[in-house]
Amino acid sequence: MVKLVVDNKEIESEEGITVLQACLDNEIYIPNLCYLKEMDNPPGSCRLCFVEIDGSRQPITSCTVKVKEGMVVKTNTDHVRRLQRAAFELLLSVHHIDCRNCPANRKCELQRIAKFLKFGLKPKRLEQLEREVKTEQDHPCLEYVPNRCILCGRCVFVCRKESGQAMISFAKRGLDTVISFFGEEDKPRATCKECYACTRVCPVSAILVKNSHCQ
Amino acid sequence: MDHKGEIEEKALLHDMASILTSFEKERSNLIPILQMIQEKYHYLSARALQIVAKHLEVSSCEVYGVATFYNQFRFYPPGKHQIRVCLGTACHVRRGDIILENFERKLEIKAGETTTNREFSIDRVACVGCCALAPVTTIDDTVHGHMAPSKVEGLILGFEIEKERRKRENQQGESKQ
Repeated sequence: MVKLVVDNKEIESEEGITVLQACLDNEIYIPNLCYLKEMDNPPGSCRLCFVEIDGSRQPITSCTVKVKEGMVVKTNTDHVRRLQRAAFELLLSVHHIDCRNCPANRKCELQRIAKFLKFGLKPKRLEQLEREVKTEQDHPCLEYVPNRCILCGRCVFVCRKESGQAMISFAKRGLDTVISFFGEEDKPRATCKECYACTRVCPVSAILVKNSHCQ
Repeated sequence: MDHKGEIEEKALLHDMASILTSFEKERSNLIPILQMIQEKYHYLSARALQIVAKHLEVSSCEVYGVATFYNQFRFYPPGKHQIRVCLGTACHVRRGDIILENFERKLEIKAGETTTNREFSIDRVACVGCCALAPVTTIDDTVHGHMAPSKVEGLILGFEIEKERRKRENQQGESKQ
């Protein structure tokens, strides 16, 4: 076991886990979207889980740092909050906000983070960007809503882990990036009907089980 | 798929096998293989991507993800007339994006796509080297400088009239014989 100090509170954690996981285990919430406990190398792409660690000059993503004995961590400094708000605002500016009609309403990670950061769901400074994206590939039992998707990559990770092969992947790039189901003829895709892991890890319900005959 | 497409697909299946045997089954060969296919066919069809995936024993979704990331790969066969709208710095400043939008609307396709009759394809390019003429569009080998939205329709119409004329000439030629 390792002892570290988070926000002036001493906590204990297992060795070899990330600072983010240690905090979450000890009921200290740090906003995060792209992280999953099972990841060996978290992508650190959502830029939300910043913390300040004594000895490092700048805030650092807590999902990419392993715990060390005697570490002193602060999760709520001004600098950290500023970075988190900026990253969150950018995410919201490309997210189609229609909570009332969204299946994720009330269990949405974005709503939770907005509440935590005391941040309105309508970004004020940034223009709302509705991406024009065509969903090119149809999946027999999954539905994908590109303008809801925040491209965290959890589904891509979990699919690769469950099926051994990626049946889901990122396609295109930049503002056009989408999640793609390309590959109608791939055999492992037949197992989708028994898995649906991707729909469970999606923080914003952008991947859903198609409601007809696929239950 | 049209008839022409079917013939192409058969040729593709036949050729792919010979292209693939020269590559080992390693993930690092993915991009070289895709480049080779594109060089030969000028585009990557969905079927081709699936065959590559099978050869490298990865999912076709992964191949698709890699291929779509790079600008050098196209997924539609080039049209008979290739329209290239410049969006380099100078053309961007002179609103080349509006020109592109006009072509897209007129032909009902997006940049990177080809019309269903394979007459036209639209691409966005970054600088064709004559910024003084911005905004610039090249169609086949002809440069059209100082483009304006109002010129778009005329250019397309020109090609359509030309096609009609040639068709008529051909018919006349046949009836003479």
